[in-house]
Amino acid sequence: MAAVLELLLREEVAVGAVLRWLRQGPGHRPAEENHIHDKLVSLSLLQKDFVPFLLNFLREQTSQILTNGPSTPAKTPNSKAHGSQRTGSERRAGHATSSRVQLFSQRTSVTSCTTDTSFSPAAASSGSSSFSGSNLSSPCSDFPSMASSSSPSFGYSPVLNHSERRSSQKASLGSFLTATPEALPVRRGRRKGGSAVSASGRQVPRDMGRSLAEEEDGKNDSPSWSGGRRKRSEVPLVSARSPPSQLNLNNLEEFPPMGAASGWTNKSKPSRRINPTPVSAERPLSKPKTCFTSTPVSQSPTARFSSGSSLEAFSTVQEGNLTSAISSSLQEEREMLKKERCKLLHQASSPAGISLDPGTPTKPSYTRSASLPAESHLVTCADPAKISCKKQLECLAQLYSSCIAENLVPNIFLELFFVLQLLTSKGTSTAEEEEESDLEVNEGSKNASGRQHFRSVHNCVYFAVQVLDYQYEIISHLEKGTLKFLAENERIASFSPTLHERLKQAYESSTAKVSLLLPCSVQSVSFQPETDNRSNFPSDRAFHIFKKQRDIFYELLREWEDNHEKTGWDFERVLGNKIRAMMAHLSATCNHSHFARLFQKQLIQMCKGPVGGGASWGDTPDQDVLNMLGPDNLSRLKRLQERFVVPQSIRGPCPPPSFPGCQQFFRDFILSAGSYQFNQHLVDSLCLKILELDGLTLVEHEHSDGEADMDEQDEKKRFTVVLLSLRLLAKFLGFLVFLPYRTVEQPTRDLQDSAVALRNQTLPVLDVLKLLRRSIRDHRSILTVPWIVEFLSLADHIAPFLDYYRKVFCLLLQVYRLMVLSEDKEMSFLNKLLILAVLGWLFQVPSVPEELFFATDVRQEGVMVDTVTSAQALDSVPLVDQQLLYTCCPYLGELRKLLASFVAGSGAKNGGFIRKITPTAAESLAPKASVTQRKLQVELEQAFFHNQPPSLRRTVEFVAERVGSNCVKHIKATLVAELVQRAEVMLQDKVKEEDANHDKLLEEVCAHLYEEGAQALIKGREFCKKKGPEAVRVLLPEETSAAVLSSAEDIAVELATEKACGWLSANIAALIKREVKATFNRMLKVPGLPLPSEEALELRRDCPPGCQHRAPFPSQIINEIKDVLCVAVGPRDEDEVIDHDWLESLLGRLSQTLRCRKFMCPTSEQQLAKCTVELASLLVSDRVPLSAGIKPPEKSSERLRVKNNPTYGLLKLLLSVWKEDFGMPVPVQLMFSRKNIGYLSEVKQREWDLFLFMLHGLVEHDLMRTSEIESCLRSLGELPWPSDFLKELEMLSRVFTSEHHREEPRTNPRELTRQSLGTVTAQS
Amino acid sequence: MKLSKAQYDEIAQFLGHVQPTRQSLRKLKEKFPSQSQSTLLSIFSQEYQKQIKRTHAKHHTAEAVETYYQRYLNGVMKNAAAPVLLELANEVDFAPSLMARIVLERFLQEREQAIPSKTLINSMLRDPSQIPDGVLANQVYQCTVNDCCYGPLVDCIKHAIGHEHEVLLREMLLEKNLSFIAEDQLRAKGYDKTPDFILEVPVAVEGHIIHWIESKASFGDESSHQAYLQDQFWSYWNSFHNLRPRLYCILFVQR
Repeated sequence: MAAVLELLLREEVAVGAVLRWLRQGPGHRPAEENHIHDKLVSLSLLQKDFVPFLLNFLREQTSQILTNGPSTPAKTPNSKAHGSQRTGSERRAGHATSSRVQLFSQRTSVTSCTTDTSFSPAAASSGSSSFSGSNLSSPCSDFPSMASSSSPSFGYSPVLNHSERRSSQKASLGSFLTATPEALPVRRGRRKGGSAVSASGRQVPRDMGRSLAEEEDGKNDSPSWSGGRRKRSEVPLVSARSPPSQLNLNNLEEFPPMGAASGWTNKSKPSRRINPTPVSAERPLSKPKTCFTSTPVSQSPTARFSSGSSLEAFSTVQEGNLTSAISSSLQEEREMLKKERCKLLHQASSPAGISLDPGTPTKPSYTRSASLPAESHLVTCADPAKISCKKQLECLAQLYSSCIAENLVPNIFLELFFVLQLLTSKGTSTAEEEEESDLEVNEGSKNASGRQHFRSVHNCVYFAVQVLDYQYEIISHLEKGTLKFLAENERIASFSPTLHERLKQAYESSTAKVSLLLPCSVQSVSFQPETDNRSNFPSDRAFHIFKKQRDIFYELLREWEDNHEKTGWDFERVLGNKIRAMMAHLSATCNHSHFARLFQKQLIQMCKGPVGGGASWGDTPDQDVLNMLGPDNLSRLKRLQERFVVPQSIRGPCPPPSFPGCQQFFRDFILSAGSYQFNQHLVDSLCLKILELDGLTLVEHEHSDGEADMDEQDEKKRFTVVLLSLRLLAKFLGFLVFLPYRTVEQPTRDLQDSAVALRNQTLPVLDVLKLLRRSIRDHRSILTVPWIVEFLSLADHIAPFLDYYRKVFCLLLQVYRLMVLSEDKEMSFLNKLLILAVLGWLFQVPSVPEELFFATDVRQEGVMVDTVTSAQALDSVPLVDQQLLYTCCPYLGELRKLLASFVAGSGAKNGGFIRKITPTAAESLAPKASVTQRKLQVELEQAFFHNQPPSLRRTVEFVAERVGSNCVKHIKATLVAELVQRAEVMLQDKVKEEDANHDKLLEEVCAHLYEEGAQALIKGREFCKKKGPEAVRVLLPEETSAAVLSSAEDIAVELATEKACGWLSANIAALIKREVKATFNRMLKVPGLPLPSEEALELRRDCPPGCQHRAPFPSQIINEIKDVLCVAVGPRDEDEVIDHDWLESLLGRLSQTLRCRKFMCPTSEQQLAKCTVELASLLVSDRVPLSAGIKPPEKSSERLRVKNNPTYGLLKLLLSVWKEDFGMPVPVQLMFSRKNIGYLSEVKQREWDLFLFMLHGLVEHDLMRTSEIESCLRSLGELPWPSDFLKELEMLSRVFTSEHHREEPRTNPRELTRQSLGTVTAQS
Repeated sequence: MKLSKAQYDEIAQFLGHVQPTRQSLRKLKEKFPSQSQSTLLSIFSQEYQKQIKRTHAKHHTAEAVETYYQRYLNGVMKNAAAPVLLELANEVDFAPSLMARIVLERFLQEREQAIPSKTLINSMLRDPSQIPDGVLANQVYQCTVNDCCYGPLVDCIKHAIGHEHEVLLREMLLEKNLSFIAEDQLRAKGYDKTPDFILEVPVAVEGHIIHWIESKASFGDESSHQAYLQDQFWSYWNSFHNLRPRLYCILFVQR
């Protein structure tokens, strides 16, 4: 491994060669044409391990920088060795463990902290989980153990909050764990420490089953958390090498200050909380922490699973083990914090203190300074001039980027997170000095790959910027807030102005605002009348019991809603027995299936919203929390929530699966019920629903009415709802299916083997493999993969080893590898990104075996892709937007948080960085009623419908949907069309003025119109108001009472307006622009602007008044003329002639045809023009064998010939048709073409008079100007004609010229013609 | 215009191997005086095209091209005014316009030392005056004018007929008060392949439901009907869902 890198870094092998070598590895088809570098050939066996090695290498190399504690001693001793020696799978394992650890982190902390005081406020808040998050995250990161624990390669630990890093001095959890192995059934030592830290947050508690869920415990035992705080204070005591005996997981310290912090704005508080204020006293003693990335861990398998014991508690019960002794160092800490704050304030006021922040010097670097008051001045400014080993860095960046681009890394977002960490790393000068010494050592070793390429911030940032540049496309698809941070990042600006520029543009053009607004309808507990029907039950008794059970169920739900956030409230203790009693009743009457259905419906209703769909991201208020507090306390709640939310802020991009929000209730319910029958019925019910949803046709491919916009919007919405529901259902299904097998720790090898042998015999409940295959075949993976991922994320430790699931994973892995990001027709970019994000996350889930990603031979499962895209092919439809992406993968928000935490500049004044996390709500049209009012309104509406027959609701919803849609169509057809017309006029004027930049012009004009576009909302509202009630009235029964009717109308109007105006306000500008642009393009395409003469011709575009459209068809005339031409051109029979009169009548009909415009099309007319010119040429050169008429006597006088030659008549007719009847210019100049003059030259007895007559006629009829004819004749003279013909031609030219110059204005051209003809013939 | 299958077959049989010239058409007219010229021409053209499709390849082999070109050169050397090219085409049973194209292409290739572009060739065929050789220009023009199945003139006539019939059809629809969406409107909405008309409200004709109408200028014999089905109708079908290829049949019977 190292050898390869060595070659690369010494520039003995190019990056491209390494890539080729890699591609040949397993999973890639060997391509003969790719020559593998000689030096790499011998290493071919190592391909598989190279990527993990590379990842480890990077983590390891950067570990110091990322930790940036001043006292950091290089890396952990072993890290290096590990980096180079471990195999991918091992590393992987490390990584995996870390995430696993996260799951149980709480436990860990609990067990470990013996001395904690309970921290009641925290407990009161949203349960232990949130606390733990906050606590854990900050201090832990600093732990040295963490560093060591995390596997270098996948360092997952997400944890790296800057502030955390900064506050480095704490003992690491990991190390702590190792120190006290007996205490903990620790399996995965350090790792866990690291992860625990990172994991933090509510997620943790909510994760896997209750088993994992110590949340309750947490609540009860909140004291344990406080332990962290305690610990903190103790940290100083801990020597670097020996980890502290206590966990400092929770520096709740941060919390207490909150109360004290009244002086600060709310927003600023959170940020403070995020960045734990390190107490300077601790620092000197504290151990160097490495960042998660660095992690080589020698440590212990033993330490791995610290939380094991607690997990065992899984079974349900809370053992009181959590209670802890609480130490009271609180007061002391508060004192320290006060001091900190003073410093902080001081700094904020003095710019000098702030200057550390290279990027944003002007703004007070609040965060930073807060966390690192003392050492802040040491933070290095990243400077492009100080980069060393540039070449190697570039090589590495390219190699690394290619690995990312080709999906060779298990989780691209994890890598991006790492890169952003590098970007935002803050080395300190001390660190640099140390590194220097390191460097010497390293150079001594003369080992290129062993050298510290990342020893300085400059190098790290340079590398990061390089990689970001390569990954621009992915980055540009992130949500707007993230882009903003990147675009504003000063480091990027100084290291790569071009990337900076691109990012700025991407930010400016991005519309991907991810809004985490409240889902607009509060999901209140509502009954499902369908399950109420007596006919569904075998007996009255069963029916009644079911009704009763339903009531009980809702009672439980309400109780939970009201109380579950309260301190000391315990699900099992309060509700457990009630639930079990209810289950017993169910069993007695065999009502399980009914109840399972109700349960499932309620689950969907309450949890399918974005909040329930995954761990909440940023500061999404949990719905249940809102409910709990009620409207009055809402603002307080908000503040409170911010406190909890912020500390979690950086959890890393791979949180373990969790059951956030209301999902928690359902999970706990299942666990407490512990009913096999119920679970079975629920599984059936979930399977059925999943199959139903998975098979839905979501996209109708024809938008035949052309109103694609609205349809697309609806499709997207529908897709979103279905996808989120599927994910929810699949998660619960996974939970239920794997529940019996769940173990707290990874079973031993032997146990695993026997379990695998046993379970291989059973059939899967839901054939996900089949569904997955089918979805791939049908191009529907965008719908199916995300829910299968949810399902699998809850797999137990054995499941992935089963034959069946192994296949599933293989297939998923293959999908992952194939899903190379690029824009193509097959699949839209964001669709792919979503699939990659969820799969990447899945590969990091604890129970997924670490070797899976690198060790699996991808080729096992053939992915058959049907090339025929059916109407079912969802993949190609751009269904995913950033909103959905972030809803499904809230962890992507970590990237933004990381960046946000770097922007120290957002000082307390504008709310600290929390402000940036806060999504800006899309401006809605109307001043929105306050949240409370809206909530009440929604509840009222629900209640209203509840009392009415279901058809009323359906009717109202239907009307709202249709009226809303019609409204948009109406606006498009009226207002927009009008605006576009005006734009056309404006554009026409401006285009004439200047040949200026068209884009700019377009921009200007559109900008003008946008304001008027705002009218659309007013008009839209009017439209809905007018149409909605009409429709409702017609559709509802006559007998509907007036009050109901008017309420129904109002609701319909409201919904319709919301729908229509929502769409309009979001899209009107884009719509106008699109339409104007289309019009403009059409305008530009019309060659040249209409000239006056052409306008005159335009006038002839209509039939003459009174036209009967009886004229012969153009096709007929063309056909006839063609026949004439045939005869004229030959070959023809001896006696074949063309009747003169007939020809004359043909020309007459031609004139008629040309006048009646009805059947004329441009091609016909063009052809007619061309053919008649040809005909004229042939006539002039006497090639048309005319019969009848008066044949000119052979040797008559010239005068007679002219008079009697019938050809003159025909020519005159032609001239007049050309002049009068054609609606387009006739190409008369064709008469002077070489071919047509050639006809003349071939005639033995040349008759120049006809030709001359024609020339005069052309001039007279304004068909050609004299000068044009002259120039035509001149150019004819240059062609190689027989000499005699040439002479005549010259003569003719002279005659024509002289006549027209001398005799203007001519009195009688005919006379002149004759005279001149006389001369010509005489001379020839 | 209704035409029975038997009649059609009779005409088609008569055609056998005839040259697509005025003279052949005249003979045809004499033989089937009851049919209109356009019908006969349409059938003629159709049948002839089938024949050409079969033999097209053999006229485009390098040897064939070379032979034709040499024969042309020899011919015009002897007598530039004679219809060399046209006779050559008739002799080898190939459409005069296509023969003209082959020779023109070969000529330009020799002259320019490069393979001329399709657009250039097409524009020269449309307007032989652009051909840099006077003799060849005449020869080519003679070919295109005399060809009644191929060539720019014939194409234009076909196009004109198509357009006229579309206008007529529109007229008829308006007369019958049938609401429809025309092709240009459909195109404006972004459909690439569209029938001429879509009926907004379907109608029933002789027990068949008609959703849309496509009018074809050419005569609808069986094989071309099949080909149209292949090319167009299924793609309409796909984009318009349940538009059935019905009226097409009726239309061609009527033509």
